[in-house]
Amino acid sequence: MWRFFHKLASPRYFYDIAGHLIPWLGGLFAVLLIVGLYGGLVLAPADYQQGDSFRIIYIHVPSAWMSLFIYVVMAGAGAIGLIWRIKLADVVAASSAPIGASFTFLALVTGSLWGKPMWGTWWVWDARLTSELILLFLYLGVIGLYGAIEDKRSASRAAAVLALVGVVNIPIIHYSVEWWNTLHQGPTVTKLDAPSIHISMLLPLLAMALAFMFYYATALLLRARCEVLERERHAAWTQELAKQWEHQ
Amino acid sequence: MAPGIPHACLTLLKRDLLLAVRRRNEVINPILFFIVVVSLFPMGISPERGLLQALAPGVIWVAALLATLLSLESMFRSDFEDGALEQMLLSPYPVTFLVHAKVLAHWLVTGLPLLLIAPLLGVLMALPEQAMGTLLATLALGTPVLSLVGAIGVALTVGLRRGGALLSLLVLPLYIPVLIFGANAVDASAANLPIAGQLYILGALLLFAVTLAPIATAAALKISTG
Repeated sequence: MWRFFHKLASPRYFYDIAGHLIPWLGGLFAVLLIVGLYGGLVLAPADYQQGDSFRIIYIHVPSAWMSLFIYVVMAGAGAIGLIWRIKLADVVAASSAPIGASFTFLALVTGSLWGKPMWGTWWVWDARLTSELILLFLYLGVIGLYGAIEDKRSASRAAAVLALVGVVNIPIIHYSVEWWNTLHQGPTVTKLDAPSIHISMLLPLLAMALAFMFYYATALLLRARCEVLERERHAAWTQELAKQWEHQ
Repeated sequence: MAPGIPHACLTLLKRDLLLAVRRRNEVINPILFFIVVVSLFPMGISPERGLLQALAPGVIWVAALLATLLSLESMFRSDFEDGALEQMLLSPYPVTFLVHAKVLAHWLVTGLPLLLIAPLLGVLMALPEQAMGTLLATLALGTPVLSLVGAIGVALTVGLRRGGALLSLLVLPLYIPVLIFGANAVDASAANLPIAGQLYILGALLLFAVTLAPIATAAALKISTG
């Protein structure tokens, strides 16, 4: 078991294993996406108040979840890279940042599209919208720092420190913004005892959430493979790979 | 045996203050910036007292944020360039404590003057008199947080040639809680509402930043200097 993890942490084995995993993860993503979209857009009934425009939650809510989840993954991977100097953790953190920023952006855009018919305006300074916007700024800061430092190793470590500072700050920012101004509707799914969302609407949402998760895994591995190749371009095994490709 | 940690921190503090006195212009510029930015608002919006009064807390606080941001670079930049920073990191003292001394020096040189100038700007922005004390209290609690959190950002970007724009992207989002509670407390006291809650939270943020920010700064400095 431990040997497997040690092997996995070496860029070379990771490159192979990720290559095998990507088609499966991508396939699961596609299946879940189709199931979730069909369930959400066709099977689920229209909302009695919001009509069909509620259906945007099937994109909006999973994106918002992923935006937070990926930030935590990025900070966690960054911390692992900082503490145990595992190269692969750096790679995972570096590859997560753009994906997370995209999900944050998607959540903001879909929220704004939904806000137009519901609240009558594209943008309100509502607490959750604002904290999502700040989350996007935090992502952009991390990406900017990655881009600014030339040496990849120290770029990863600096970005990891920033991501950790961000993780500590996210709850503070979230609650201060919440306290400052809120208009957003309360959570409808996380109230575990009695979710205020009907099961026919909930199931597609969960399918979409899983689909997004698999999308993240797929995209992460794709990006990480590239990143590994780039960082290890002088290693013997990448040179060998390059030779193999030349022969083909 | 090397002298103790308090002695080392005190020496560093004295040195930084002395350097600041020798480079007066650099110290004064952010404060002038603070005054100029605030005085632009009445000209850009309207000299009407009611409107200014409503805008005053936010404008003064945002200007304080930007003035701090402007002054942050001086915290580590010159030390990085002349190698003094590397010597500090190589010294036998824990970097976290040295960072405390440096941040304190920075706050004494930039945060404290903002505090002294703020009442004047309050007058310019037609801030009611009962809110003046709150403005000072929130700035007294808030500006050290700005220096502490800003230090992390500077430490991360000190090795870069053009870190300025990036620094604002890194640091400003982290300043938001201080801005919200600071400006809100001033707003509330202008309306004769209780402000204890906001001040407690600012105090908590300060304690939190004093405890954790220097650790992150020390880690970032070690990364930046390689």
